[in-house]
Amino acid sequence: MLKLEARPQASKFWAIGSPLLALVFTVVIGIAIFMLMDKDPIKGLLVFFWEPIKSGYALSELAVKATPLAIIALGLAVCFRSNVWNIGAEGQFVIGAVTAGGVALLADSTTGPWIIPAILLAGVLGGMLWAGIAALLRDRFNANEILVTLMLVYVADLVLSYLVYGPWKDPNGFNFPQTKTFEKVTQIPRLFAGTRINIGLVIALFGVAGMWIYMFRTYGGFQLQVGGLAPAAARYAGFSSRRALWTALLVSGGAAGLAGALEVAGPIGQLTPYVPAGYGFAAIIVAFVGRLNPIGIVFSAILMSMFYIGGELAQSRLGLPKSLTGVFQGLLLFTLLACDTLIAYRVVWKSSNVTSGAK
Amino acid sequence: MEQYALLIAATLNAGTVLAIAALGLLINERSGIVNLGAEGMMLCAAIAGFATVVHTGNDWVGFGAGMLAGGVLAAMFGYLVIWLNTNQFATGLALTLFGAGFSAFAGVKYVQEKLPERSSFSVPGLGDIPLLGTALFKQHPMVYFAMALTAFIIWFLFKTRSGLVLRSIGESPEAAHSLGYPVRRIRLAAVVVGGMLCGLAGAYLSIIYTPLGVEGMVSGKGWIALALTTFATWRPLRVLFGAYLFGGVTMLQFHLQGQGVEIPSQFLSMTPYIATIVVLALISRNPALIRINMPASIGKPFYPGS
Repeated sequence: MLKLEARPQASKFWAIGSPLLALVFTVVIGIAIFMLMDKDPIKGLLVFFWEPIKSGYALSELAVKATPLAIIALGLAVCFRSNVWNIGAEGQFVIGAVTAGGVALLADSTTGPWIIPAILLAGVLGGMLWAGIAALLRDRFNANEILVTLMLVYVADLVLSYLVYGPWKDPNGFNFPQTKTFEKVTQIPRLFAGTRINIGLVIALFGVAGMWIYMFRTYGGFQLQVGGLAPAAARYAGFSSRRALWTALLVSGGAAGLAGALEVAGPIGQLTPYVPAGYGFAAIIVAFVGRLNPIGIVFSAILMSMFYIGGELAQSRLGLPKSLTGVFQGLLLFTLLACDTLIAYRVVWKSSNVTSGAK
Repeated sequence: MEQYALLIAATLNAGTVLAIAALGLLINERSGIVNLGAEGMMLCAAIAGFATVVHTGNDWVGFGAGMLAGGVLAAMFGYLVIWLNTNQFATGLALTLFGAGFSAFAGVKYVQEKLPERSSFSVPGLGDIPLLGTALFKQHPMVYFAMALTAFIIWFLFKTRSGLVLRSIGESPEAAHSLGYPVRRIRLAAVVVGGMLCGLAGAYLSIIYTPLGVEGMVSGKGWIALALTTFATWRPLRVLFGAYLFGGVTMLQFHLQGQGVEIPSQFLSMTPYIATIVVLALISRNPALIRINMPASIGKPFYPGS
C-alpha cells in the first residue's frame, strides 16, 4: 500500500511543484463543479483562464486586481515568516481606505497634487494603527493576535459603515450610503491612457524588490526569520521577539492600509460599503501559494486576480454565482497545504505486512 | 418586568449558538488540535440546515444535515493536520475561507428566503409561571440540550476513562502513543465531534435563531466561539456561562437599538467583537491562568515513532 516516507532533505522540486499541482487539483474540482451545475466545463475554464489574458485591456484589468493582492500579500509574507499570524489584513485594508478617504475628502478645487502622497501616507498609517492594536494587545496582554486581528475586521467594516451612513454621507447623493466622489486631483495617477493601471503597480513592484532585499539581504530580516523558524534559537542569539512582533504587524498593516488607499483613491474613487472586497483574506492565500516569497507572490497574485475576474465573468456569461471565486480560492489553499506534504515526504509503495502496527 | 424576562430568554437563545459550537471546539482542543475552521464549518452547516428545512420542512432533519456538513468538513481538516501534519492554523484558515465561499455559492438560491413561523415551545407546567416561565421555560429544546451537553462533557472529560485518555493525548501525545493509544484516530474522532457540534450550532442559527437566508449569517460567531474556549480556560461550565455572557452582550445591543438609544447602531453592533477583544486581553494577561488548563500539545504536530 502507499505510504509516506520522510525525505532526508526537503524537496526543492516540490517547493515549486506543489502550488502547480494544487492548481491542477483545483481545476479538476472546478470542472466537476461546472459539470454538476450543468455548465460546459470548457466554457467555464476559458472564462477563468483565457478571458483575463486574451487582450491588452483584459491584461490591464488583471493587473488592476493583482496589485492590491500583491501589496497586501508581501506584508503578510513578512508576518508569516516571523510566525506572527495576522489574519485581519482585510480590516487593515478597510481602515487604510477610510483614513485615505478622509484625506481625499479634504481636497477641493484648489488642492495641489501634493494630496496624493498625503492620501497614501494616511492609508499606511491607518493600516498600521489597526494592526498596531493587535501588536499592543499581544505585547502587553499576551492576547492571541489571530483572534484580535480577525475581530478587528468586523469592527473596521462597522466603522466604514458608520461613516458612509452617517457623518461622511454625500448630502447630494440621494441618500445612498456613500461619500461624495473624490476630487479629480486625488485620483491616483494612471500609467497608461485607456486603462485603469495606476502607480500602485509600480509601488507593488518596488515592494517586491524591497521585501526581497529586507528578508534575504538584511540582518533585520534574518532575525525575523530565525524568530519564526526557531524561537528558542532566536532567544539564545538575543534577537528581540517583541521587535519582531511589532515589525511584522506594522509592516503587514501598513501594506494593507496602502492597498486600501490605492483602491479607494484609484479604481473606486469614493467610500462605499462595498470597499471591503475580501482582498485581505484572498491575500493570505496569495502569500501561501507564492511560498511567502516576493517573486512567487507576483505569480500567485496574478492567479488570484484571474479567479476574481473569472468569477465576475462566470456570473455575467454563465449565470453562476460570483462567489464561485471564493470556492476556488479556498480549494486552492486547501489542496496546496495537502500537496506541501510532498516537500517533506515521498510517497512509496510498501507491502502492508512490513508496516503493520506502525500506525 | 416582562421585557427583562424576554431579554433573559433571548440571551439564553443567543448563548446557545455559541455554547454548542464552543463545547465542540473544547473537545477537539482538549485533544490538542485547534480548528480555526469553526466559522467556515458553521457557515456551511447553516446553509445545509436551512436548505434541508426549506425542502423537508423538518427542523430535526435540518439539524442532522448541519451536523453532517460540519462533520465532513472537520474530517477533511482532521486528515490534513493529523496525518499529513499540515500547519493547523493555515489549514483551519483554509477551511474558513472555503466555507465562506462555498456557503455563499450554495446559498444564493436561499438568500432572503424565510422559514415559516414556529409554534412556541414551553416546558409543561413550568412555562406558565409568570416571568420565570417566560425567562427560562419557553425555550427551544436545543437550549436545554446545550445545558445537558455541558453536564455530559464535564462527566465525560473528568469522570470517564475515555475522557482521561482524550485529555492525556492533549497533554502529551508521545506518552499516550507509547502506552499504545491510537493517538491519531482519537484526535480525528475529537475533531469530527467538534465539527459536528459546530455544524449543529450553525444549523440552529439558521433554522431557529435567525430563520432568514443571509450571506455570511454566522458573522464571526465561529471566531467568538474559538475565543470562548480560551476565556473559559478549557473548562466546560465556564464555556457555557461565557457563551451566555456573550449572548447577553449581543441581546443587550439589539435591545438598546430597539429602544432608539442615541448611539449609532454600528457602534452597538461592534460591542460583541470589542467585548471579545477586551475579555481576551484581560484573561490572557495572566499567563499562569491560561496555562493551568491549557492542553500542553495544543497546535503542535505529532509524529508517531519519532
